[in-house]
Order: sequence, then C-alpha cells, then structure tokens
Amino acid sequence: MIIRILGEGQYDVPEAAVAELNALDAVVDSAVRAGNEAAFADALRELLAGVRRVGTLHAVDSLDASDLILPMEDATLLEVQDLLADDGLIPG
Amino acid sequence: MSLMKRISLIFRSKANRALDRAEDPRETLDYSYQRQLELLNKVRRGVADVATSRKRVELQLNQLEQQQAKLSGQAQKAIDMGREDLAREALTRKSGLSAQINDLTAQHAQLQGEEEKLVLAQQRLQAKVEAFRTRKETIKANYSAAEAQTRIGEAMSGIGEEMGDVGMAIQRAEDKTANMQARAGAIDDLLASGALDDVTAIGGGDDITRELDAMSSASDVEAELAALKSGKSGTQAIEAPEGTDVLSTDEARERTEGNA
Repeated sequence: MIIRILGEGQYDVPEAAVAELNALDAVVDSAVRAGNEAAFADALRELLAGVRRVGTLHAVDSLDASDLILPMEDATLLEVQDLLADDGLIPG
Repeated sequence: MSLMKRISLIFRSKANRALDRAEDPRETLDYSYQRQLELLNKVRRGVADVATSRKRVELQLNQLEQQQAKLSGQAQKAIDMGREDLAREALTRKSGLSAQINDLTAQHAQLQGEEEKLVLAQQRLQAKVEAFRTRKETIKANYSAAEAQTRIGEAMSGIGEEMGDVGMAIQRAEDKTANMQARAGAIDDLLASGALDDVTAIGGGDDITRELDAMSSASDVEAELAALKSGKSGTQAIEAPEGTDVLSTDEARERTEGNA
C-alpha cells in the first residue's frame, strides 16, 4: 500500500509490514486523543521511522493517491488536530 | 479509527469536492492543471522568499561576528594598556553578542531546513504536474465525457493529495519565515541604532574606541618621543593591535563562509 508522509512524499509499504505500523499508529493516536504533546512527538517519530524503514519511495511522477496519510515529522499536536478538522490545515 | 486513516479520509473528501465543481469532467482537468501551475509558481516564490531570509540572516551573522572580533581586539588592546575596566566593558558587550549569534545560527539552520524541504516539494510537484499534463491530453483525446470521468477521478485524487501536501508545506514555511523576519528586523534595528557601530569608521566609534584612541595617541606620542630620544624610528609598537583585528576579521569571514 502507499503511505504518504506529509512534506516528504509517498512510500510503498508491503502489506506484511502494515500490522507493525498499525501498532505504532495506535500509540500516536492515543497520544493525540490524550493531548500529550511529548508522547505524541516521540510516537510520531517512531511511526515515521517505521514507514521509512519498511517502505521504498513511490515513483515521484505517479498520480496514485495514497491509502494512508501521516503528519509531517515536526508537526505539533495542534497542527494534527487542525489536520483532523475538516476545515483545518489542508488547503482547498 | 486510526490517525493515518482519519487524515487520509479528510484529504480525499477535499479532493472529491474540488472534482465536483465542474459540469464537464474534462473541464475539471484544465481547471485543475491551471491550479497546479499556480501552486508550482507559489512554491517557487516560497523557495525564493526563504532563500532571501536565509541570506539576510547570513549577512547579519557576518556583521555580528565581525563586531565580536573587533571587541576582542579592543579588549586585548585595553589589557595591553593596563585598562582592565575598558577590557571588561568590551568583553561584556562581546558576550551580549554571543547570545544574538547563537539565536541567529539556530534561525539560519531552521531556514536552511525549510528551504531544502520546499525545494524537494517543488521537485515532487513538478514531476506530478508534468505527469498530469500528459495524462490530461490522453484522456481528452481518447475518451468520451462519460468514459473520461473515471480516469479523471484517478488522476485528480493523486494530484489533489500532492497539492494539499505542498500547499500546507508552503503555508508552514511562510509562517515560520514571517516569525523570523520580525526577529531579523529587531537585529537590523540594533545594528542601525549604533549600539553595534562599526568602530573602525573614520570619525565614528563608540566610547571604548574613543578612549582607546585617546590613550593610543597619548602613548604614541610618548613612544615617538622615546624613539626620537634613542635615535630610532618608532612606529612599530602601535601596529600590533591592527594586526590582531585583521586576523579576527578573517576568522569571522571563514566561519561565515563555512555556514553558507
């Protein structure tokens, strides 16, 4: 599947690795819900490192949409909450 | 639902809404392509803006480092003349500059990071816009409006996602740069206020320099008198501080070039 890290681009991630990433994602998700900035930053860094480790860069000139999208590495909790708000951070 | 999933859904719903705007789906292609080109221009301007801010910070760092080197030279000169009070004053000002220099160095690194990110975003968007243009022409030439719909949807969701991503990257870079420009403005004000005057300017100079100059001329007179008395030509003694200054300035320049 294709996973995009915002600000970085798209990665092809083998299906076999998705369970591992989902576990990391769950940690990020709960940190966001708890509003814990420090836990969120650590968990996000780990999740993104996981995607980069198991993934390979998707062809840059493809027009494929991603299956999953992740926040940028230096995103703050506030920015992620904005991302999740429908009229938030995403332009357009 | 997971975070990744939630963010993807928001992106997709925005892309779909953009797609719904046009009556004939093929018009959507041209409309989207125009918006892509606009965004590409915006990224290019963003890269240029961040580069300008970075250069401004480099210039300021250069000035502050030169100033610091000069204050070191002044402190040395004051010590040589037995004026510990003046040396202390020069060193105090020098340490005040260190904080500014550290702050600017951090800003410089951050701007460089933003610039690199935007350059990469520009390259990614450029590649996708080029691919979209080719796909757009194929769809328009080969398919009826009804058939085109699906293919357009496919092309649009990929490019829409990239545009959302790049648009966000520009917005963030602009916000960060604006924040830094305010602080860079404060440094410019400081430089302009005379607090960090170029002490080597003829007829200019701060109180430390004036006092050192007064002492220098007094001691130069003494040195010259002493030289005259002993029958030598006596100008060597007063050249040492000049040499120190030139060395320090070269060091400052090297450091700045290393950063560039």
